[in-house]
Amino acid sequence: MAAEGGMSLVVKTVTRWLKGLIFLFGMYIMIYGHLTPGGGFAGGVICASAFILITLAYGAPEAYRHLPRGAAEKLDSFGALTFLIIALLGLWFAGVFFRNFIGTSPESHFRLTSAGVIVPCNLAIGLKVLSSLFLVFVMLSALHIIVSGEGRRRIERRRHTP
Amino acid sequence: MIHAIPMMVVLPLAGAFFIPMVSRRAAWVPDAVGNAVMVVLAVISFGLIGREGIYHVGGWPTPLGIDLRLDGLTAILLLAVNGIGLCAALFSVSYMELYTSKFRYYSLFLFMVAGMNGVIITGDLFNLYVFMEIAAIASYALVAFGCEHEELEASFKYAVLGGVASSLILIGIAVVYMITGSLNMAQIADRIQTIGLTPPILLALCLFVAGFGLKAALVPFHAWLPDAHPSAPAPVSAMLSGVLIKAIGVYVMARLFFNVFGPTSDLLAVMRLLGVLSMVIGVLLAVGQWDMKRLFAYHSISQIGYVMLGLGLGTPLGLAGGLFHLLNHSVFKSLLFLNAGSVEYSTGRRNLKQLGGMARILPLTGGTTLVASMSIGGVPPFNGFWSKLIIIFACIRAGFYGLAGWAVLVSVITLASFLKVLRYGFYEAPAEKLRVERSMAPLMAVALLLLAISCLAMSLFVVTGLESPVLVDRAVEALSAGVFGM
Amino acid sequence: MIYALCLVLVGIGLYGVLAKKNVVKIVIGLMIMEYGIHLLLILIGYRRNGAFPIMQPGQDPGAYASVAVDPLPQALVLTSIVISLGVLALLVALCLRLYEKYGTFDISEMRRLRG
Repeated sequence: MAAEGGMSLVVKTVTRWLKGLIFLFGMYIMIYGHLTPGGGFAGGVICASAFILITLAYGAPEAYRHLPRGAAEKLDSFGALTFLIIALLGLWFAGVFFRNFIGTSPESHFRLTSAGVIVPCNLAIGLKVLSSLFLVFVMLSALHIIVSGEGRRRIERRRHTP
Repeated sequence: MIHAIPMMVVLPLAGAFFIPMVSRRAAWVPDAVGNAVMVVLAVISFGLIGREGIYHVGGWPTPLGIDLRLDGLTAILLLAVNGIGLCAALFSVSYMELYTSKFRYYSLFLFMVAGMNGVIITGDLFNLYVFMEIAAIASYALVAFGCEHEELEASFKYAVLGGVASSLILIGIAVVYMITGSLNMAQIADRIQTIGLTPPILLALCLFVAGFGLKAALVPFHAWLPDAHPSAPAPVSAMLSGVLIKAIGVYVMARLFFNVFGPTSDLLAVMRLLGVLSMVIGVLLAVGQWDMKRLFAYHSISQIGYVMLGLGLGTPLGLAGGLFHLLNHSVFKSLLFLNAGSVEYSTGRRNLKQLGGMARILPLTGGTTLVASMSIGGVPPFNGFWSKLIIIFACIRAGFYGLAGWAVLVSVITLASFLKVLRYGFYEAPAEKLRVERSMAPLMAVALLLLAISCLAMSLFVVTGLESPVLVDRAVEALSAGVFGM
Repeated sequence: MIYALCLVLVGIGLYGVLAKKNVVKIVIGLMIMEYGIHLLLILIGYRRNGAFPIMQPGQDPGAYASVAVDPLPQALVLTSIVISLGVLALLVALCLRLYEKYGTFDISEMRRLRG
């Protein structure tokens, strides 16, 4: 993996060092969303930015090697479905839709377990945001625009007129 | 049964996310899941008729959590959305074979239904905005579904104007939150009762009129509708024209103005003015159209004008007429769009100048188009006649003789314009020989028959008196009960 | 007063939507409108020298409400940003497709629909 496409060697090397750290930071933001500023959306965006960095530095094929498109589409739906299932489990266990059925306890202040269902909800949202933001970026940047028909004629006309 | 209220949003969302996960392997899954979800939703919305209640999501009490609200008005709109949605989904099984990637279509369709159901049941202003955006974004994508020149252009126009409308609505919500310090509809209503309609609240009201007017395509804001609705695939046009503009436009306006802000005479006058303008201008623009779907789209503007006129009268009779017409319009307009779709499915054309003799080629579509046209034109045994009659009576009884005259005149022009459709499209021999590419699929016929039968059956709603048609009377009660109490 | 500045931002965005001919500029105008509204929402929740919105054990709710910053608008803005992200992605995709079909970004040259 060297000079085929993508940015310069410096960017590629820095990307190789940073991608794991950025992803890890995103996961931290996701998991500790109920204690520190952040949460599912912010963490998901940071995780997605790791993949977007790879796309920018190496190009889309390398990014697809890290997260294949089919897997990203599956994860996208899976995250949203998990969120719905957590909400439905509240109805199942506690009798009210979206009820916090795991429960909170005053002893567990500032621990991971202090917020009940918020942590799994954040993880589900993070998964959804990660995969859908990555997909949006890759789809829009890797789109091959083929202008044909009317548009082609219009561009050619514009090229000929000074 | 109270737990069925959140299910109206959860089920379509779950379906929408489930379909893309499994559809790569099995092509029948999108059809099956989409239709199954719509059947369940339609059954639930039947079951919710006549029930009332407030559901606290997450078990949080009123000012802290999000409330879901069920009353008479909610019930009839849920019935309209999910009933029409079921017919459109049945119709799409064969019709959407004309397009590719059916699973995307069903996914977006279910998102749109989830958004509309959410708008209807929510009791929280910001939640309403979020659901409205879900429905709107899904509909932008559905309008562009064909990915051809016209579709993309219409979708861009629709998306930009819809985005502006959403922005206006969001500013309105921000202003309301700034003044009242709450987003819960009941609490806002309560606080507005004490502080009165101060200038900031009036600013918010103006923004809501403009924003929801854009979403409902009332006349000064109608420019996007005649492009967007005909460009979508036929079942989607049926959903857009039949229920979307009502669920995220007219319904929200009625709910906010009658139950949250309290109807003042100025507000009612504005609603009447918008109603009459859309009624008259919509029908005048419709007369000259030759594209079948475009003609129907202009008639949607005109018929929404009737609904707004009825609501703007503010009297119980006017409300009954407006809401009954809303229900009726959702049935016959979606039937008309599905008919146009089945003509397009068989012949590949929808321009009336190139069509003709369809009543012989597609007898069922001919019959259902006749029913729907008579309905929208206000011919006696059909449902459209009764609701227009109630609106005209309400105008006369409230002393607006001029408005009653306009309503009669517009009804006559509407009938004339639909006679044109019937003559050129269905009964007169075509100018050139038509080639029938596909015959009608059975599920499409089922959808058309269901809607045509309800066109007739809904005229029985008035057996309990013009003042209080079945189902509609509870919705009128909900609206005329005044603002929400805490 | 500062609220009026947000509305000026919204007005600039609206001008962009209405007056520009380039579809990409129209999309940018729409987004400027949304940003103006987000700013307005954030400012509604702002309170000078306000406390963080976490209620301490044993604190009086009234006293808490009188010093704390309002946390709700921030949640609203976050939601609204996500929504505008969705709209932006859709609109950009539409712009690309429009370019593919028409070979131009100029909206005055896209006139298949009329009437």
